[in-house]
Amino acid sequence: MNEHDMSTFWHWWVVVLTLANIAGIYWLILWTSKKRPGEAAEGAETGHSWDGLTEYNNPLPRWWLWMFYITILFALVYLVLYPGLGRYAGILGWHSGNELNLADSQYIREQQRAEERYQPIFAAMADRDISSLARDFDALTTGRRLYLNYCATCHGSDARGASGFPNLANGIWQWGGSAEEIRHSIVHGRQAAMPGLAAALGDEGVEQVAHYVLQLSGRDDANSALASEGESKYNMFCSGCHGAEGKGMAMLGAPDLTANTWLYGGSLGAIKKTIAEGRAGVMPAFGELLGEERAHVLSAYVYSLDRQ
Amino acid sequence: MSHEVVEKNIGLMVVLIVLVISVAGLVQIVPLFFLTSTTQPIEGMEPRSALELEGRDIYIREGCYTCHSQMIRPFRAETERYGHFSVAGESVWDHPFQWGSKRTGPDLARVGGRYSDDWHRLHLIDPRAVVPESNMPAYAFLERREINADLTPRKMRAQQRLGVPYTDEQIAAASDEVRGKTEMDALIAYLQGLGTVLAHW
Repeated sequence: MNEHDMSTFWHWWVVVLTLANIAGIYWLILWTSKKRPGEAAEGAETGHSWDGLTEYNNPLPRWWLWMFYITILFALVYLVLYPGLGRYAGILGWHSGNELNLADSQYIREQQRAEERYQPIFAAMADRDISSLARDFDALTTGRRLYLNYCATCHGSDARGASGFPNLANGIWQWGGSAEEIRHSIVHGRQAAMPGLAAALGDEGVEQVAHYVLQLSGRDDANSALASEGESKYNMFCSGCHGAEGKGMAMLGAPDLTANTWLYGGSLGAIKKTIAEGRAGVMPAFGELLGEERAHVLSAYVYSLDRQ
Repeated sequence: MSHEVVEKNIGLMVVLIVLVISVAGLVQIVPLFFLTSTTQPIEGMEPRSALELEGRDIYIREGCYTCHSQMIRPFRAETERYGHFSVAGESVWDHPFQWGSKRTGPDLARVGGRYSDDWHRLHLIDPRAVVPESNMPAYAFLERREINADLTPRKMRAQQRLGVPYTDEQIAAASDEVRGKTEMDALIAYLQGLGTVLAHW
């Protein structure tokens, strides 16, 4: 029996109105085609005249009338086979699936068929380690599809990221590029927390530290006088996370400042803004949405991106 | 009675036409007002916060529904991409609902938590900055417009009259909650709250 929260009253409401409507339509078509006394003979003029236009008394076209009867028949057959009359489930037992009634629905059958077909493929891939999977053409093809669906919105369809969203193809990994670290980022997400240092450093200090950071990256637009002023401030406020040499720390998501690759832009202005206001990049967790096995295959694809 | 009677009596014709065209509504729509699955909120659902409600008004004002649906259908192709299919109990407090009927952009029924707030901000300011293939218009101006906090309690009161269970305390606190926030903040808050209650994917 189909689970349904429709009361008996509304069940009969639907049944009676639907069937009465179909019967009413049938009656209407019979009634309108009935011969009436005093009617003009078939094919003769009716005697109606509108501005000289006259009308013949012709019957409804046969093909049209039959179409009408066929739709009535179709409706009745449909209502017997499929759910349509209140709580009646239809003799085929078909249903699309909703929150009340998922068992054996079209949706669940579709899911099961897919599960039977794809689950063994994913299971086989999940048994292999990510670095070997990253050299497997089939796994990468699957992984790329997952990537385009779940990741491309932020990291770009070419995986080169955007301002604020890491490039995954340049070999620079904010949170670490090992297979396990990549998988962790995907499954559990990441939350970066670079505090704003405007209050601690003052405008001048921000400027000096920014030049020191430019110097760490070997940029020739670094002002060496300002940079040397900035060094001690860097050591006091920044080295805890970014390291004394500016190499960053993947565990904290603190970027390497010596690579001249900038998540939020590498202009002096952008770097100053980052130092003054801080940044709090968020990678949402996708573990629940993907499940372990898909996350594994996706990790392999991401892992492969800078190793081609 | 013949056809002529109906043709020559406009009052009767009106009555008969109304009768005929109401049948489908009486059968397909009216019973839904009395089913628990279409009138009861799903478990764990809370009314939108004041800021989210303001965001929803921006969503409607900007016509987001013309390109984005909020209705995940029970097909595998949809649930794989968007998550659990939408259920009626999720929309019972939406007046009017935002199901939409066209997807130029993706469905948003479960966009909440999918991207970071920063992503939404950048994306709304300039969609091409994060998704180069996007053809969505930019909504940078939302950043420069403030929510009118004086209207918020009245909007919530209207929702309350329509059956959304806002408490009087929530309504009293609403102005302070949204004061000084931009339309951008409100819209992001709204988007981040979408579809998060029914989270079993």
